[in-house]
Amino acid sequence: MTRYVLTLEDSAVFEPWREMARAALQRAIPPEVLDWRMRGGETDLFGQQTNDSDGMVALTEGPVLKSVTLRASCIALLRDMLCHSDPGRFALAYRIAWRVQGNPHLLDVATDADIAKARIMIRQNRQDCHKMTAFVRFRELPAQVGGEGSGRRRFLAWFEPQHHILERIAPFFSKRFTDMDWMILTPRGSICWDGKDLAYSFEPCEQPELDDGFGDLWNTYYASTFNPARVRTKAMRREMPGRYWKNLPETRLIPQLVAGAEARVRMMAEQVPLPAPAFHERLRSRDSLPLQPLSHTPEDLAAKIRSCTACPLHCAATQAVVGEGPVEARIMVVGEQPGDQEDLAGRPFVGPAGQVLQEALEKVGVERSTLYLTNAVKHFRFRLQGRRRIHQSPDEAHVAACRPWLEQEIALVRPRLIVSLGATALKALDGPGRAMAERRGTLWTAGEGENAVQRLALAHPSWLLRLGDSAQGEIERERFEEGLARLRDFCGRPDA
Amino acid sequence: MKKTLSQRLAILSDAAKYDASCASSGSTRRDSAKSGGLGSTTGNGICHSYTPDGRCVSLLKILLTNFCVYDCAYCINRSSSNVERARFTPEEVVWLTLEFYRRNCIEGLFLSSGIIRSSDHTMEQLVQVARDLRLKHGFRGYIHLKTIPDASPRLLEEAGRYADRLSINVEMPTVAGLEQYAPQKKAGGIRQAMGEMRLKIDAGKDRSHTGRRAERFSPGGQSTQMIVGADAASDQDVLASSANLYGSYGLRRVYYSAFSPIPDASALLPATSPPLQREHRLYQADWLFRFYGFAFGELTAGRADGMLDLELDPKLAWALDNRALFPLDLNRAPKEMLLRVPGLGVKAVAAILRARRHQAVRLEDLARLNVSIRKVRPFVQTPGWSPARLTDRHDLRSLFSPAPQQMNLL
Repeated sequence: MTRYVLTLEDSAVFEPWREMARAALQRAIPPEVLDWRMRGGETDLFGQQTNDSDGMVALTEGPVLKSVTLRASCIALLRDMLCHSDPGRFALAYRIAWRVQGNPHLLDVATDADIAKARIMIRQNRQDCHKMTAFVRFRELPAQVGGEGSGRRRFLAWFEPQHHILERIAPFFSKRFTDMDWMILTPRGSICWDGKDLAYSFEPCEQPELDDGFGDLWNTYYASTFNPARVRTKAMRREMPGRYWKNLPETRLIPQLVAGAEARVRMMAEQVPLPAPAFHERLRSRDSLPLQPLSHTPEDLAAKIRSCTACPLHCAATQAVVGEGPVEARIMVVGEQPGDQEDLAGRPFVGPAGQVLQEALEKVGVERSTLYLTNAVKHFRFRLQGRRRIHQSPDEAHVAACRPWLEQEIALVRPRLIVSLGATALKALDGPGRAMAERRGTLWTAGEGENAVQRLALAHPSWLLRLGDSAQGEIERERFEEGLARLRDFCGRPDA
Repeated sequence: MKKTLSQRLAILSDAAKYDASCASSGSTRRDSAKSGGLGSTTGNGICHSYTPDGRCVSLLKILLTNFCVYDCAYCINRSSSNVERARFTPEEVVWLTLEFYRRNCIEGLFLSSGIIRSSDHTMEQLVQVARDLRLKHGFRGYIHLKTIPDASPRLLEEAGRYADRLSINVEMPTVAGLEQYAPQKKAGGIRQAMGEMRLKIDAGKDRSHTGRRAERFSPGGQSTQMIVGADAASDQDVLASSANLYGSYGLRRVYYSAFSPIPDASALLPATSPPLQREHRLYQADWLFRFYGFAFGELTAGRADGMLDLELDPKLAWALDNRALFPLDLNRAPKEMLLRVPGLGVKAVAAILRARRHQAVRLEDLARLNVSIRKVRPFVQTPGWSPARLTDRHDLRSLFSPAPQQMNLL
């Protein structure tokens, strides 16, 4: 079979290759007979001076056998891969384009040798791009006197990329350093930005002399942010390989930083503790002022509840959620425990269940702001499932540990009606033994004489939430609202 | 004599370097193409340099001032330390940030501060820097602000509007540790602040029913740091604390900072610092939790002292403890299990799942996915490879342990 020699520029990336590859694929020319070369490149092993256009001319003389299309994902892969500087990239790209004709899933087979090689090249290109965004260092040039664009600051940088990535990476710089004029010079060409357009040149550049006197400040920062107690040069070299060092001025400090590290750590260890500075003593004397004597106010009670450590729940919860509402409220509503949202916000009934309660109250015409809302247990009890907190009902022990707080809240507010929501609240108020089912929805009087208080037991709104839109949910919601409607009688009644 | 800018930069960056967080990732993508100003964020973050301690230089990490009214034993800036003190004006920080940024030395600013006068006063200064950068100078780079506990909600809101990430350090893995070393800091106050931030961050992501975005609040989320090795907390305690932090406050990252010797150290601190390897293992465990579906408890379950294995990475140690689950059929095992095979990373697993739809994956194919066959071998079977008794060898561990090294004399 005839062999064809196809020659491309050393700096060529996707477009010129695409022309040739399309012509070859249309004529069903297998990869084995194509010889991809680079102009003036060292790949011409036998020193033969082939006529550059020969292969392409000979190839296009043949008849077109079929039309060829490549999927967008394949084009994207080849485009990404071809800015690599590997001389074998054109042959590899053609082989993939050829094989993908017969096996459309080829790109998914990451274990295939060709695909694996292409992916490595893509990774190296991306890495090169990434390192360019990281290690390009602009230096300021003196301002242009008069002339066009005066007033804009001008910067110049030198970088040595390994692959043909200038066009890929230029938009990153123009979108970041939009308000200044800059040029990046490289051995593979240059990019220039004037605030409106990006201009490219693919003429190799010489390294310029760069110094705007700002380097010292950066070196100061670099040296001071280094921690001598944890020298790990291997990690540093892995991320900042030696080939970049010559264009990063701060790397000149590395030898002396490493050499001095051990002595600095030794000095820290051997240092004799010094007396504290004078302002420390002044601060301490300020701290030790006697605290105000505690009073019996709602704020005082809240502070005590917030610092409660009577049960282990305080370890994991964010905060104790104290009751909320006017101290002169006639009605107190007691729930189970704060939920996720309540725990974060530090307020009772602000989560989804609180929403249900709020809506029901609005429906029956009771103002939430006239109620004192609290919980039987003040800390959120939960179990972790990955990144989520799953509500767990409190145990007897938690309820018992929190009961003194609930009793003090009742003593403080002295409500005429206490509404318990759910079984936990009912148990916290009455002790165990009272079945929720027999009490729910009924009004009764608890306590005697001075301590007599009306009681009402209702379902917990989170239960209604769990029932959702089911038939039972409808019925229960109605029952809940009926119960809440009874609160109206207590809102309007004047104080005795 | 007034210190020069350069001298103060040296003091205030030295004072800030014990904060491990340097990430410039996780925020929204934006650039200056339309505004014609300065700055962009790519979403992934860029490290512009590396110091010999192996850490990257991504953000200009400085304190506004290292004067502090707190006396936290582990901190170089505690009030009883004789470290040299300095302060920047907000204008100076703005200028430094912009000039370093223009030279492509940094991705943005990580600003923290010692507590001076009051929480609100300190927070106001931090917010002013961020506000000036964004509004006066049209800066669109990355800003990470430290939040001060007990600062007013108005300031927190403003901080969230300008910053990409907010953070507040829990400092110690346990409440007891915090009480021991930082008696003036309150664990409750720190958690409350994190809870408040979580609610605001979540609200910031919401759209209203008309599709309008809520006001921007710290799009890069929040992070925190704890110091490891200063108190007696075991790795199990540390990881349990992390699990709670991730679960409760939706943190993007928890940073672990091996307690490191500081000049003029407090007598309360232990004399020796923990091995850096411990910090490394904690990060690996953290990674396994965030990306591999491990629960923290699983990783320390097989360890009697609650400490992660310093010799072997936590995934390998876990696999050796749970050999009954292996070997796995590489061509049939579900994704969740493949992620648990030592040596297989998230990317390799994705590639295997894609490839095996079309053809059987063989052991030697894995080399093309940058996988260490030596490490994977005992835990998988493929056409042409079965580990047979290798998985059950009692000395399997020794095949992975690093070669013994002579100890240092003291």
